[in-house]
Amino acid sequence: MARYTPPEQSKAGQILDIAVVVVAIFVALWLPLKLGFAGAAKSIDPLDAKTWDALGQNATMASIWEKLGYTPETAHDIIQNRFHYIIDWPTLIIMAIVLIAYFVFLFRASDKEYREVINEKFDDK
Amino acid sequence: MTAAVETAQTTTIHGDRVSLLRVLGPAHVWALGVGIVLVGEFTGWNFSADKGGALAALIVCWVVGLLYTSVAMIDSEVTSTVAAAGGQYAQAKHIVGPLMAFNVALFLVFAYTMLEVSDAILLGDTIVAKAGVEGLTHNSFIAATIVVLAWLNYRGVLMTLNVNFVITAIAYVSIVILFFSVSPWTQGAVLKLNELVTPGNALPYGWIGVIAAFQFGIWYYLGIEGTTQAAEEVRSPARSLPYGTMAGMITLLIAAAMTWYVCASLMPWEYLGITYYPLWDAGKLTGSPLLENLLFIATLLAALASANGCINDAARAWFSLGRDRYLPSWFSAVHPKYRTPYRSILFLLPIALAFAFIADLNQAITFSILSGVLQYTFMSINIMMFRKKWPLGSIRRGYTHPFHPLPAIVLFCLCMVTFFAIFLGFGSQLIAMTVFYFLISLWFHFYRYKFVRRGDQFSMPWPKPQGY
Repeated sequence: MARYTPPEQSKAGQILDIAVVVVAIFVALWLPLKLGFAGAAKSIDPLDAKTWDALGQNATMASIWEKLGYTPETAHDIIQNRFHYIIDWPTLIIMAIVLIAYFVFLFRASDKEYREVINEKFDDK
Repeated sequence: MTAAVETAQTTTIHGDRVSLLRVLGPAHVWALGVGIVLVGEFTGWNFSADKGGALAALIVCWVVGLLYTSVAMIDSEVTSTVAAAGGQYAQAKHIVGPLMAFNVALFLVFAYTMLEVSDAILLGDTIVAKAGVEGLTHNSFIAATIVVLAWLNYRGVLMTLNVNFVITAIAYVSIVILFFSVSPWTQGAVLKLNELVTPGNALPYGWIGVIAAFQFGIWYYLGIEGTTQAAEEVRSPARSLPYGTMAGMITLLIAAAMTWYVCASLMPWEYLGITYYPLWDAGKLTGSPLLENLLFIATLLAALASANGCINDAARAWFSLGRDRYLPSWFSAVHPKYRTPYRSILFLLPIALAFAFIADLNQAITFSILSGVLQYTFMSINIMMFRKKWPLGSIRRGYTHPFHPLPAIVLFCLCMVTFFAIFLGFGSQLIAMTVFYFLISLWFHFYRYKFVRRGDQFSMPWPKPQGY
């Protein structure tokens, strides 16, 4: 197999590629933050009676909260801020498809490239 | 001389061949792995209590410990055989192919950079909380942490990891001191586990909460695989890497168990699940000013050690991408005096700074965890391919892990559970990040790969893989 000679990349091309990577990083990581996609899906289940008892805290727990500087009123939003685990099937299916498609593409395309590497490496000998 | 030493690669600078220095021993490998991870005991693991309750945090501590034991076993075998800078990146390049290697390097860079961001946020918030000064923000502390550590890394790996060894050891000893100071063998005096973790609140969300807790359970140990990043700078990779990694894993399992026991016995799970500094809080709740101050300092040191190791690892993965022309070769420069990948260190610096200012702690941790789990999924498949392409006896292995393929199967299954756990509460973030990796992979495969020298991607002195 003929040895593949890659093109030399110009400085402008290198700068452009660096810019593409930087933009991709910020779009992927910053955009979810900006659009509010990132972070925990939690919400507060409010209680009318804000007492340690109503908040499900026994005497030991209450004493620790107080040691930490909390009252039933200030601890309410922490204690009642809960996850609500409802499986959203369409989103779960989308997630599974995206993940599977990604890994399938990754292994198939990698294998194609790997064969070129192995052919060049071992056919040279 | 090992195969890895023979294949150590160089970079040309001003006509001179310059390589990374081989100066590290097993203690540095331990310090690099544990140094990165130990901060997970000081913050982050406790968010698993938020997702599933205190008992869920303990269950995932052990089950995720199993996941990481599999990671350490698999990694020790592959790394002791493919010992080159970039760790898992070099493994992927030799076993799966360039595109996978490109992705694995990105997993590493994002996992470590976001971990560094989390460390800096923790450090800033801890100092602000301790100072208690109205109007004081964490921004200046975050910036100072990231910049000073980047400078340390710029100056040299040996000094960096010597610093890490000392501060990691101090932080670890502080956990041990806290554990024995609260009379762990006696309940009721200081520790009140029975009154804080009751049958009614142990699993507030039931077993779905236990599954969900896997997400932050990863944080107990995330980064231990970073030991392999310095493979090209280790004097005896075949001996030092498995030894350092396994010793690190044992160290962390002990620390995680002690941390959970003390914290769950000192604070209600609702508070434990949201605090940024559970061990420092534990120190406060003992009523001992000495322990409180010790844990405050240890929290800062753990964050520093972790961020330091993360900069080291992320820069080496990025450097490897440049050296192989997967990214512009400009990144592959080695500093002529300090022999460090200085351009990669400098490039990643503003990215870390930017995210430290725009993300909050659990978002940054989630970014890091996501990249970590994608990487572990790769590792479970990678070891199967490695054993298939080069069966035992066909090449010299520095270490051969036992019970194959059980660790790979366990690792793969636990990764799938963790993906589901991330979906429970952070699903959109997972999809967005996977889409990013997908698109950047398309960019690499259909455009960037043309700049890559094919045959040079395989540098190990091995026979042709079976099936090719």
